[in-house]
Amino acid sequence: MALLTLEDVTVRFGHRTALEAVDLEIAAHEIVCVLGPSGSGKSTLLRVVAGLQPPDTGRVLLEGTDQAGVPVHRRGVGLMFQDHQLFPQRDVGGNVAFGLRMRGEPRGQQQRRVAELLDLVGLPGAQGRAVAALSGGEQQRVALARALAPRPRLLMLDEPLGQLDRSLRERLVVELRGVFTQLGTTVLAVTHDQGEAFALADRVVVMRDGRVAQSGTPVEVWQRPASAFVARFLGFDNVVAATVRGDIADTPWGKVPVPAGSPQGRRTLLVRPAGVRLGPPEEGLRCTVGARTFRGSHVAVLLRPTDGPEMEAECALRHVPDEGATVGVSFAAEDVVVLEEREPANADEGAAPTGGRAD
Amino acid sequence: MDLTRRQVAADGARKGERSTRTGPGTGPVVGEPGRGPGKGRGGEVGAAVRAARRRGSVVRLCLMAVPVAFFAVFFAYPVVAIVGRGLKADGSWHWGRFGDVLSRPDIGQVLWFTTWQAAVSTALTLLIALPGAYVFARFDFPGKQILRAVVTVPFVLPTVVVGTAFLALLGRGGFLDELWGVRADTTVWAILLAHVFFNYAVVVRTVGGLWAQLDPRQEEAARVLGAGRLAAWWRVTLPALGPAVAAAALMVFLFTFTSFGIVQILGGPAYSTLEVEIYRQTARLLDLPTAAVLTMVQFAAVGAILALHAWTVRRRETTLKLVDPAQTVRRPHGAGQWVLLAGVLGTVLLLILLPLGVLIERSLDGPAGYGFDYYQALRSVEASGGTFLVPPLEAVWNSLRYALTATVIALVVGGLAAAALTRRAGRLVRGFDALLMLPLGVSAVTVGFGFLITLDKPPLDLRASWILVPLAQALVGVPFVVRIMLPVLRAVDGRLREAAAVLGASPLRAWREVDLPMVRRAVLVAAGFAFAVSLGEFGATVFIARPDRPTLPVAVARLLGRPGDLNYGQAMALSTVLMVVCAVSLLVLERIRTDRSGEF
Repeated sequence: MALLTLEDVTVRFGHRTALEAVDLEIAAHEIVCVLGPSGSGKSTLLRVVAGLQPPDTGRVLLEGTDQAGVPVHRRGVGLMFQDHQLFPQRDVGGNVAFGLRMRGEPRGQQQRRVAELLDLVGLPGAQGRAVAALSGGEQQRVALARALAPRPRLLMLDEPLGQLDRSLRERLVVELRGVFTQLGTTVLAVTHDQGEAFALADRVVVMRDGRVAQSGTPVEVWQRPASAFVARFLGFDNVVAATVRGDIADTPWGKVPVPAGSPQGRRTLLVRPAGVRLGPPEEGLRCTVGARTFRGSHVAVLLRPTDGPEMEAECALRHVPDEGATVGVSFAAEDVVVLEEREPANADEGAAPTGGRAD
Repeated sequence: MDLTRRQVAADGARKGERSTRTGPGTGPVVGEPGRGPGKGRGGEVGAAVRAARRRGSVVRLCLMAVPVAFFAVFFAYPVVAIVGRGLKADGSWHWGRFGDVLSRPDIGQVLWFTTWQAAVSTALTLLIALPGAYVFARFDFPGKQILRAVVTVPFVLPTVVVGTAFLALLGRGGFLDELWGVRADTTVWAILLAHVFFNYAVVVRTVGGLWAQLDPRQEEAARVLGAGRLAAWWRVTLPALGPAVAAAALMVFLFTFTSFGIVQILGGPAYSTLEVEIYRQTARLLDLPTAAVLTMVQFAAVGAILALHAWTVRRRETTLKLVDPAQTVRRPHGAGQWVLLAGVLGTVLLLILLPLGVLIERSLDGPAGYGFDYYQALRSVEASGGTFLVPPLEAVWNSLRYALTATVIALVVGGLAAAALTRRAGRLVRGFDALLMLPLGVSAVTVGFGFLITLDKPPLDLRASWILVPLAQALVGVPFVVRIMLPVLRAVDGRLREAAAVLGASPLRAWREVDLPMVRRAVLVAAGFAFAVSLGEFGATVFIARPDRPTLPVAVARLLGRPGDLNYGQAMALSTVLMVVCAVSLLVLERIRTDRSGEF
């Protein structure tokens, strides 16, 4: 039996639909990350599960029990708020012990548990510190300890690392996964940061405008985005309409080879930058080299074909062509993905994902 | 009503709201929290949500019931009754009386004087207090905290005490009279100076509070862009301060426009404001129609001023970027700044400490040299020569008892009102908010007299009851409690409650664990000010306090109304006692209030 089940959940705010017919299942001990642009309904999803937001239609089940009519404080779930919401008038220990106090646990047990959790999040002995004196990263850790302390059957995280700087975020996400795996916690997290989602989750759910756009393991989603929206949200811009016949797709860039067994017919095609090969100008599609962006291990090169939309190529540092040079482009079939989505993508759709549109 | 502190409290409390707001976190959360979960599927859930929402408004209505009933019975009913008595004859309204009264030359004179003395008092106060606001906002000097409290003392003083202090300074046989033969009582200067004394803190706190929080980097940015020192101040700082200055000015105008105790004591026969005239018409001439017309005129004028004030406050709230005051203060450097500091300290010394000092000095300056003779005299009935039925000192205990009761009533009524208003929604609630401010616009004298003529028959025969005085005083305290509590309650981030709920706290428990600790301090502050205001209430109390149970301000006024050195000295002694009680409660408040960015 799934630990959490959402059936056909819809939430509307006036004319705006925050969640539309969302179905979701999370098994015990699973770490699921909901990924989507801001306004795609991620936070509302968490609020519905916590009971802070009643759904307009649909059901929320925890361990098979319908949660309709169960107030927030009896649901036994944990929620770590985006901006922590630590209680300013209590010290660190008071914050972490709060959930335990609400459950009426004896004081000694509370204190042991608080110490244990502060150790776990790397703040041993911080019980007496004032919340206001904590840095952003420390607040994050205290918020996590507070959410974990009552041993919630489901822990929900709203943009858990959103407000931290990059290096701290990258370190903490690894620590978080370690903590959750160690404790066997079931986690439902939401984030707009794909790196965070992929590093944290067993399973990623991509949302768009209140609907689930794709669900799968990080590798699956990364390798086979379900739609042009997901592909663009993951940062892939080489997305074009194509007609696939056998192992060849007909695109604005000419013929592009596709892997054997790809879906046929009118489709959307994704070419990973790594699959764009540069050669002498007389071979393949003639392109002018545009802006080049250094990306550490490689250089992203923008190419302007004589015909068709711009595309991005990934080049090794040594082989970067000069800006303004002319090159010939060919495509490697293993880095071409024919998306399941049937309708060709609208050229600007998803380029700047904006969620929460009216239905 | 005798406006004194209350509206500034309102103003300060609103500023408090701004400064306690914590970053973007308090913005509206998606959806309204705590609506309670829905049941089942589809339309059923919608129904449950609607039911929960309806339950919310029912709770709100219940909370509002007590304050509404309180205001209806103890405010609207007496005021309407007395205005009706003035304007109604033979069962029909005589609106023509407006024209008759307002065209009388003596009334015209009162209106004119009320307006121009308020305008001049306001201008003088701004002129004298704005440098003070700057010094208190931006300079760091030893003793600043104590001086800040001292400057605020006049502001919580009952107007009767202020009048008495200036009488001791400028009056016949007063300090300056003895020294240089200078007398200024019964001149307009005494009134104007007393008004500046009284309102100095309004400007220093309202404008200075904001000034301290203005980001100096704004001015620095202007300097870097090529503006001179003066140009930067003129183009950047002044526009930012403008609304605060306007709000403070309106407040001072309001206080001085409705001034009663000060003008009553210092004005003599020549000068009278609307409020004094209402008192004269009601109590001396028993000319109720005239009093009713004047009450309505004052009500309308004050309503207009309040509306203007609300507008400026709203503008001020929306536009500014504020910083921690601790970042902006520095020690004065350069001759110019030291001169400015010295000038402000000199002003405080002359304008605020001198009158208070003289008041104390006079109270000790007995017929047989310095001593506690006048204080001793307060303990006996005989010494008062028939002015009192009881020893004047009993007024202290009466006052304390009344003020404590009034504080409790004001806290209950105001607290319930603030709780009902916490969630801003709906026209009904906004109307209720406005209703709470209404007593500010109505003459306290009218309310007091209204109490006498309406609450004297069953079922509400309170005429003989001691509770009548605390009820009138609570009326004064309620708007004040609401204005202090409301911003604090509203500033409690709804998601903190949600965080508590997710951690297993029931709604009631969440309120106790999250809201209460944050509100506790505001309750104490509100209680303190409600207490001080009740203690000093004069306009209404003077009508309804029983002769054998006078309050402190009433006793002071009665003593001043009698000839003779003994009465005069006793008035000074009693005023000193009142001043000490008020100052002590203020100092206690200053300690409770560690957050200095809010004004009151």
